[in-house]
Amino acid sequence: MSESKIIDARDTFCPGPLMELITHMKQANVGDTLELLSTDEGSGADVPEWVHKVGHEIVSNEKVEGVWHIKIRKAK
Amino acid sequence: MRILVVGGGTGGTILANNLARRLSAEIRARKVRLTMLSASDKHMYQPGLLYVAFGQMTPDQLYRDQASLLEASIDFHVDPVEQFLLDQKQVRTQSGKIHEYDILVIATGSRIVPEEVPGLVEGAETFYTEASAVKMFKRLREFEGGKVAVVVGVPHKCPIAPVEVMFSLHDYFKSRGIRDKVTMKYHYPIGRIHTIENVAKWAKPEFDRMGIEYETLFNVKEVDVKNKIVKSEEDTETHYDLLIAIPPHRGMEVIEKNNLGQGGWIPTDRYKLTMNGHDNVYVLGDTTNLPVSKTGSAAHFEAEVVSENIASIIKIGTPVRDYDGKVYCFIEAGHDRATYAMFNYLNPPNLKPPSKPMHWFKMAYNQMYWTSVRGLL
Repeated sequence: MSESKIIDARDTFCPGPLMELITHMKQANVGDTLELLSTDEGSGADVPEWVHKVGHEIVSNEKVEGVWHIKIRKAK
Repeated sequence: MRILVVGGGTGGTILANNLARRLSAEIRARKVRLTMLSASDKHMYQPGLLYVAFGQMTPDQLYRDQASLLEASIDFHVDPVEQFLLDQKQVRTQSGKIHEYDILVIATGSRIVPEEVPGLVEGAETFYTEASAVKMFKRLREFEGGKVAVVVGVPHKCPIAPVEVMFSLHDYFKSRGIRDKVTMKYHYPIGRIHTIENVAKWAKPEFDRMGIEYETLFNVKEVDVKNKIVKSEEDTETHYDLLIAIPPHRGMEVIEKNNLGQGGWIPTDRYKLTMNGHDNVYVLGDTTNLPVSKTGSAAHFEAEVVSENIASIIKIGTPVRDYDGKVYCFIEAGHDRATYAMFNYLNPPNLKPPSKPMHWFKMAYNQMYWTSVRGLL
């Protein structure tokens, strides 16, 4: 299994974690897994909302020591 | 010590001028040589393009000769870099010349890539280039009413521009007496109307007051120019009579061609502003892959940190400070009011109510920029 690419969006207000994820998803290939790191409290809900709406896949979503680790697989 | 600055935009120019002053004795003694390579002999004040799009400035007001902005001790060449040979500490330029360096600063900026969204070039107005801003203004003047849709590509330079253009459109149509004949709809990529939570909280009631509709989680996928419909990655669509786009951006082609970073964004240490794996290469402004706003303001504050550090490395052998993520953005809240957002990596902006004096300060800053970019302000 290939390693997921890490997007370190901790401690950022602009462009923010979800905007960073969208940028990297555009550059990724279908089937790639990206791991978003975020300290934004809202990311645990905001990111899955977008991922589901656009049709990608949440692989895992957990908060470890104040940091959201959200793995997303590009599905289309 | 040879310092080479690649790029003559806001970051590169502030850095070079700042360094020229800090190292004036070393440059006079020929211990330091400071060279800048740029793709253009002109320097554009890019925030002015929004005013061009609303007929408040003309394009000639946005430019100065680059050489006139630089300290005399800077060896300036209009000769863009085509090849970065980082292992040999060299660059090769368009003219075929090789420049060697001990310290390299890459500040090449970003470019719009509307062609990455099918139909966007043909179907949408924008204001991110001189020609497109003039074209948008002419289109606005001809517009007599209908549905205006604004869409936002990702990533984009000047993250405040999407809300600013809505406020400006509202005031523009009001001043022409046709606001009641225009419906305006704003589309934004994430789940609130601005990526900065406090900006979203402030802008939402302003949109409601102005009668601006909005749809969030809308990433523009394609434009059906014939039927005047813009479609999203999220499978929604909006009909328009006039479409205005904040186009998606990439870093410069030369960065991608030299495999320095995916999308043209160079992997950069967020505190030191060095290129990952290259301690003698600094990266500024839009060129970094940092989760920091792509604005002249970020480039400005980064340039101050890097120039101070390069100077101190030469003088005392060590850098003296880190970049803390500082950004300061004016926010035009229409044609006669403004506020601002100031933040860094750890502290979010706290928005003040828009005021006329802040708008006048922004108008003054449009001129003061030329002092700022000389590294004097």
